[in-house]
Amino acid sequence: MSIRLQNIAKHFAKTQALEPINLDIHEGELVGLLGPSGSGKTTLLRIIAGLETADRSPQPGKILFGDRDVTNVHVRDRRIGFVFQHYALFRHMSVYDNVAFGLTVMPRKRRPSSGEIRARVFRLLEMVQLQHLANRLPAQLSGGQQQRVSLARALAVEPDVLLLDEPFGALDAKVRQDLRRWLRRLHEELNFTSVFVTHDQEEALELSDRVVVMSNGRIEQIDTPETLYRSPKNRFVFEFLGDVNHLEGKVSNGILTCGDARLNVDLPDGDEELLLRPHEVRLAQQPSAESHLPVTITAISPVGAEVRVELEADWLAKPWLATVRHADFEQLEMRRGQRLFAHPRQWHRFKEEAEKPKQQARAA
Amino acid sequence: MSQLAIWRSGSARVLPGFGLSMGISVLFISLVLLLPITGLFGQLAGLSFAEYWAIITEGRVVASYMVTIGAAAVAALVNAVFGLLLAWVLVRYEFPGKRLLDALMDLPFALPTAVAGITLATLYAGSGWMGSLLEPLGFQVAYTWVGIALAMAFTSIPFVVRTVQPVLEDLPAEVDEAAMSLGATDGVAFRRVIMPHLWPALVTGTGLAFVRSLGEFGAIIFIAGNMPYETEITALMIFVKLQEYDYAGASAIASVVLFVSLALLLAINIWQGRFVRRLHGGKG
Repeated sequence: MSIRLQNIAKHFAKTQALEPINLDIHEGELVGLLGPSGSGKTTLLRIIAGLETADRSPQPGKILFGDRDVTNVHVRDRRIGFVFQHYALFRHMSVYDNVAFGLTVMPRKRRPSSGEIRARVFRLLEMVQLQHLANRLPAQLSGGQQQRVSLARALAVEPDVLLLDEPFGALDAKVRQDLRRWLRRLHEELNFTSVFVTHDQEEALELSDRVVVMSNGRIEQIDTPETLYRSPKNRFVFEFLGDVNHLEGKVSNGILTCGDARLNVDLPDGDEELLLRPHEVRLAQQPSAESHLPVTITAISPVGAEVRVELEADWLAKPWLATVRHADFEQLEMRRGQRLFAHPRQWHRFKEEAEKPKQQARAA
Repeated sequence: MSQLAIWRSGSARVLPGFGLSMGISVLFISLVLLLPITGLFGQLAGLSFAEYWAIITEGRVVASYMVTIGAAAVAALVNAVFGLLLAWVLVRYEFPGKRLLDALMDLPFALPTAVAGITLATLYAGSGWMGSLLEPLGFQVAYTWVGIALAMAFTSIPFVVRTVQPVLEDLPAEVDEAAMSLGATDGVAFRRVIMPHLWPALVTGTGLAFVRSLGEFGAIIFIAGNMPYETEITALMIFVKLQEYDYAGASAIASVVLFVSLALLLAINIWQGRFVRRLHGGKG
């Protein structure tokens, strides 16, 4: 079931939580709402669910599920599944009763027979691999298991759309990884339309077909994870999607200077701020004709696919972060306190007045 | 010797001051609670069982049990309903004056019960504000058991509100939202999701309110009218005996109230303990 939001805005008292928003989510899509806290992402999700109502004035918004206008439909009749960050399981009911709840509260004429309910609940419990815990109480389960129960419970009523509010936010990193993969698989298997909220960019990029980046009640960009990462529309999106190194300085005659640092850039004269991802910083023993950026290594973290190196210099307000291949790391014999030269492979620049972001690639 | 050493090391406490604080607590409980109760039983020792039985089953006293228990039961049930509602309003909604209403809940605890009694009596007497409105309609509140129940309800409402309130605060709104998102109507969500969480606290609060009402004196006697066999409460019977210098008789009746109250409190505690264990997964 596709979801279409038209002109959805929300005020809490006098503060604007959402500016008028339009959003189309296709059938079968898994969409992540990504943003820092206070960006309005949870509010938007709750409006889709019907747990909050959008502003009626100045212009009433509209929410469509497929062709069905659900703007004024109560949450219980919207046919949604909602998964809460803190599971919101019914603590006095067994796992089985929790999952069966949505089926047992159906009006009598739509309610499946008790045998069918039983079969369906066990099928769902099997899907979330918890059939052996059917008689336990939620308090006897781990966080990850509880969240799986909560997912099974939401799916039991066969909702048109599945909405998840920071579903993995309360779990530890390892469990979060597992559940993410598992949700992705489940989504591919059952092919429901789902929207989830997260503040974790990695989670959003890994899980979503498309990501909606939000800040201050506004949608900043809607794109596939790939496009979003490769060509962010503005500075906020760029900074939010990963670690960023800043280089501030004055450009004159095509050279940006900042203290004893120099970089050849193809930009008009004036104050500039360039942004670089950690993997866009190359380290070498020598400066080059194009760049002279002396740095000192202050910290090294060799864990993972790449070595993370922290760099400091007099001309830097905030330390830089660079990721280096293990081979290069060994070849340069990096150690703390060592002085090296940074070479940007590529940099980004977002000027308020500039419509299009400018990127300059450089042979590294 | 070595056994002693083991015992000592085994019971080493990190938190200091156990001996002193426990000692003072026991002393305090003994002086304030146990000593008067012992005194009560001391008075009883002067009676034979036959005499004791005769006192506590005397017609006028038995009538007072009926009045007290009946009125206390009505008061407790009324408080169960309205106390739950008040707690719900105080926890789930934001409105101007919420803090004030919350503070008002404790007023029956703070107000001298006699003040409450006199106020209620003047308000509901035939010439009072409420009484002059109600009596033409045929409702007589003052000097009937309705007045007694009203006074009891007034003094015991905080028990229900203050026991239900924290449990309700502990129950996140998400739980009702989850129930609604699964298609439950408000009624079903309340009955199947919210009530199972609340009713242990509600029963406890109502039980406490009931026990409190059994012993209430000051708030009731002014509005009760105190007609023998009609509107005399048990606490008044004790008072009457005392005025006649019949200490043994007073103690006998008091012991009945004491036993009933203690038994109820014990039952509530045991039952609540069981429920809490279940809710926390039968482990803790």
